[in-house]
Amino acid sequence: MVDLPEGYAGEGFYATSFDKVVGLARKNSLWPLPFATSCCGIEFMATMASNYDLARFGSERMGFTPRQCDMLLVAGTISKKLGPILRQVYIQMAEPRWVVAIGACASSGGIFDSYSVLQGIDQIIPVDVYVPGCPPRPEGILDGILKLQELVGNESLRRRTSEKYKELMESYGIK
Amino acid sequence: MNYDNIKELLTAKFGEQIQYDLQHDLLNITLPAEMNLKVIQFLYDDEVLRFRFLTDITAVHLPERAGEELNVVYHLHSLENNIRLRLKVYVPIEKPDVFTLTSLYPGANWMERETYDFFGVNFVGHPNLKRILNADEMDYFPLRKEYTLEDPQRTDKDDEMFGR
Repeated sequence: MVDLPEGYAGEGFYATSFDKVVGLARKNSLWPLPFATSCCGIEFMATMASNYDLARFGSERMGFTPRQCDMLLVAGTISKKLGPILRQVYIQMAEPRWVVAIGACASSGGIFDSYSVLQGIDQIIPVDVYVPGCPPRPEGILDGILKLQELVGNESLRRRTSEKYKELMESYGIK
Repeated sequence: MNYDNIKELLTAKFGEQIQYDLQHDLLNITLPAEMNLKVIQFLYDDEVLRFRFLTDITAVHLPERAGEELNVVYHLHSLENNIRLRLKVYVPIEKPDVFTLTSLYPGANWMERETYDFFGVNFVGHPNLKRILNADEMDYFPLRKEYTLEDPQRTDKDDEMFGR
């Protein structure tokens, strides 16, 4: 059970702001879309499985279609050739959408400082949470997802229509 | 069947244009670039030699060898005799033309595309010579020595921190 958000309760009623209720619902039912390419993907599989059990945090099943998911988990090295495909997957996701870069490669290119490897996915899509590690342990990935839940729970309902958000998207060339 | 027989056969057929040396117990055959298809066709067709398996094609960029900067390397294997050969041809970087082996070995198709992708070797007669591993937008041949191995667009990794 999650804690009630701050509000006003009385006999037979409970009042709080819409932002908080929507945030609460969103953060506890994030649908993950795994985009796994290498060893971080293996760690992520362990995170999903029974020992670490991502489902405890409301992410019961992986969705393998961007249309249904709101949390893109990029786990692994993204080569420059793969970049446009990842970008396409992100564009296909409906708002609101969040991105977690799992591991050093997705965050910064990692050890692959090479002509063929994208030096961090934030060069092509906006990232909300970076999980460090090479690869990160499942605990690290869970921590990253909990950090993302904090962001999601506290996000203003007006953020996605704000000028600032539009500017951010335009800086990535995404409409 | 051993290396001496192969040398004899090749010398009898092609004369003195071919050079031989032994590197790491593997016979190294250096030939003029325009002869690569003729020699490999002979090795393929010969009823005794039967070099019917192409293990690999790759290239090496040797910037210090003026006029023959690109070295294309073929590894052949005769499965029946269990003998391997390494063939080398040198081509100038301004005009890196080599005949394709796709007519003999269908597997040469992708190997030659890879060699083109990374070194820019122009395989004359190749049915579909375009990039295979790198992004299509790439406008250079990344394994030539004048290009850095690291991502050239990256500015935040400085020498002090990362030893560039």
